[in-house]
Amino acid sequence: MKELTIAATVENIETVTNFVNEQLEALDCPMKAQMQIAIAIDELFGNIAHYAYNPDVGDATVRVEVVKDPLAVVITFIDKGVPYDPLAKADPNITLSAEEREIGGLGIFMVKKTMDDITYEYKDGQNILKIKKQL
Amino acid sequence: MTIEQIVNATELTVKVAGRLDTTTAPELETFLKQSIEGVEKLILDFSELEYLSSAGLRILLTTQKAMNKQGEMIIKNINETINEIFEVTGFIDILTVE
Repeated sequence: MKELTIAATVENIETVTNFVNEQLEALDCPMKAQMQIAIAIDELFGNIAHYAYNPDVGDATVRVEVVKDPLAVVITFIDKGVPYDPLAKADPNITLSAEEREIGGLGIFMVKKTMDDITYEYKDGQNILKIKKQL
Repeated sequence: MTIEQIVNATELTVKVAGRLDTTTAPELETFLKQSIEGVEKLILDFSELEYLSSAGLRILLTTQKAMNKQGEMIIKNINETINEIFEVTGFIDILTVE
């Protein structure tokens, strides 16, 4: 298990992505899964950066764990900001025309569709969001 | 992310390379806003784009709406990851992908 605790800012999304990529490369992670995970980090860490401590800045922890049989990576995002369950939001209507479309909720929807599992809990004053991707 | 453009009368080709995400999306948004005036055919060449997140989708939607009023927008050369993003989000139906 590896862990990184860092200020939850948009500027740090790249640092988090690089940190996770280092672990993935050690596992010979397929390129497509690596890119899907990078997108998930952009959405999830980006959400924390925008909303968790707004207008202040606080820390977030990103934990990377590897599970075997079948080989998968579990990435946990933890923050102490306002309680927020991104999974409580209804999925966007993806059949509307360009004019009728709204962009809200698309990010988390993409994460749901590309990861194998996603869970949320609020515990001990912390938002804990976990994603799992089989490699 | 890097942005290159080729202007040919009212046709504008924009080649976006790298990653289109929360960090880089504002730059492309500003560029497109300033560049599409008078453009009738906008071609977005994504041959060197690795992936895009919802921040990138938001720009594609805004630009598609703007181009619907003045011409057309075509997206070219997307990779498998981006194709899947367009499919799961239904963007494949509102964009013109070649």
